[in-house]
Amino acid sequence: MRRLWIGLTVAVFGLLLVVPVIRIAMGAMNEGWSGFAKGLARPETLHALFMTGVIVVIVTVVNTIFGVMLSLYLVRATWLGKRIKQLLNSIVDLPFAVSPIIGGLMIVLLLGPETALGALFNKAGIDIVYALPGMIIATLFVTFPLVVREVMPVLQEIGNAQEEAASTLGASAWTTFWRVTWPSIQWSVVYGVVLTVARALGEFGAVLVVSGNILFKTQTATTLVYQDVENFNLISANSIALVLAAGSVTLLLIMEWAKSRREVH
Amino acid sequence: MHIEVSGLNKKFGDFQAVKDVNFQIEKGQLIGLLGPSGGGKTSILRMLAGLESVDEGDILFHGKRVNDLPPQERGIGFVFQNYALFKHMTVEENISFGLEVKKWPKAKIKARVSELVELTGLSGLEKRYPHQLSGGQRQRVAFARALAPEPQLLLLDEPFAAIDAKIRHELRSWLRDMIDRLGITSIFVTHDQDEAIEVADQIMIINKGCLEQKGTPWEIYKNPQSPFVAGFIGESTIVEDVSCLRGFENASVWPGTKALIRPEYVEVGKAGDFKLLSATEAGKVRHVHFRGSEWLVEVEIGSARLVTYRSLEKAIVHPGDEVQVLIHRAYLFNDNDSWVMENKLKEDPMPVHI
Repeated sequence: MRRLWIGLTVAVFGLLLVVPVIRIAMGAMNEGWSGFAKGLARPETLHALFMTGVIVVIVTVVNTIFGVMLSLYLVRATWLGKRIKQLLNSIVDLPFAVSPIIGGLMIVLLLGPETALGALFNKAGIDIVYALPGMIIATLFVTFPLVVREVMPVLQEIGNAQEEAASTLGASAWTTFWRVTWPSIQWSVVYGVVLTVARALGEFGAVLVVSGNILFKTQTATTLVYQDVENFNLISANSIALVLAAGSVTLLLIMEWAKSRREVH
Repeated sequence: MHIEVSGLNKKFGDFQAVKDVNFQIEKGQLIGLLGPSGGGKTSILRMLAGLESVDEGDILFHGKRVNDLPPQERGIGFVFQNYALFKHMTVEENISFGLEVKKWPKAKIKARVSELVELTGLSGLEKRYPHQLSGGQRQRVAFARALAPEPQLLLLDEPFAAIDAKIRHELRSWLRDMIDRLGITSIFVTHDQDEAIEVADQIMIINKGCLEQKGTPWEIYKNPQSPFVAGFIGESTIVEDVSCLRGFENASVWPGTKALIRPEYVEVGKAGDFKLLSATEAGKVRHVHFRGSEWLVEVEIGSARLVTYRSLEKAIVHPGDEVQVLIHRAYLFNDNDSWVMENKLKEDPMPVHI
């Protein structure tokens, strides 16, 4: 019985996770290194990877700063009522519950060129939907809970006694944060950042809806993979997918390391 | 630091945590805030520290109102119940934190830290992290950290609660000595009456958010001003109808009056043990418990049951023994009033000199 369960678990794990990765790697190497390199060296690939990179960097920075801020407010702020905290806390989880495509659609419906807000920005010379800002907003929406959900439990667990001690010793709020709070939460922030990067790298649905997938303009690595598959350009699709997968795996390995560090402290 | 608190009130939602509390503390005194858990002691302490806002009333340090000052500017040291040491900092870094924050020069910080390490007996542990220390050592680090910036008022929240009984005793006298030596005004919160009686110059009894009584431990023990204080300090038994006891017959003048009798007010023995046999009463021993250094004797007089301690040096009494019981005094109280009544038969009405 035990063996059966172990066997089943391994089979599911293999079928769902390992086989696809191997398949992608084989697909990418179908014509050897040259095919793989050619798929990656195309100008549209480079542009798409660049777009993905820009989105990942901006989203991660914004998400980290505001994720930590929101966690601090939700856990520590005394000026927020309990009800409001509960409400905000459940709203944070919204992106987990809503399909990314719906999230993207919401942005189009709110900020699209036909809407009042969109038109206003358009007049100011800023395109949001079908341009980089919209894609960043969409990715932010999808990744927002990741940092908050990592940091909040740690803040709750450490309690505010150390922070109060710092304040009775004369430390300002800023000093207290950097010297007392931050050392306790830093590894969970790293953990949240890694998850955010991984998620932003691989985000597809929300970005596809918002970007319009315009070649050399709003195409990201994932939407390019989608287009390559549509065009039966499987070697290129597999090559890009392999690069993305390798990036994510590296990140997740970093995360495991961060986790072990967190346990040390 | 001279402290004055007047009309202090604090509510948490609908719960009145502190109710119209007034007191003054002279410079250099060690004050114990004593009372049952959840009685508002910690809230008072946290308001003094500025960690909790004041709903109503004034807190004055040196005659200056500090209600609106943040904790950073009050010049206090606070020792938290679970010490709240910075767990990612070594002992040394914990102690120097408050000095670095105040931008003391490096050399001065170093000197002050080694002085405090010396004072608190933490030499050799400077490079350790809090999780590598025992409870008592952590407590001393917390104490050193709070003292480092030379506060004028030291506040301690249940400072010994997390330490095992034996070390707690040592730490108590250590703390007492330390505070005497430094001459710093200190207030500590405790729910342990032995601790308060042993350590404090003055005790404030807090119950249900109210200050019941303030005074030296001896005053509070001798003249409790409310039934709560009488019952809380020391051990006691309540006797519903005290007028049935010998020497307290007069108590029937006040109907509805109950008596609180402490073990040390009661003496048991054979008829020959007492000089004034007329003041004693016959009773029966119910139970005898060994309490390490003495016997705890439960004795029954009519319907009343009293407890007393009996020295191990005296003849052992057994359950069922008929004994004579002398009640020296009782603390009487009713809904409006409370007072101490001595056994009136103890004063020999007709002294006969032979």
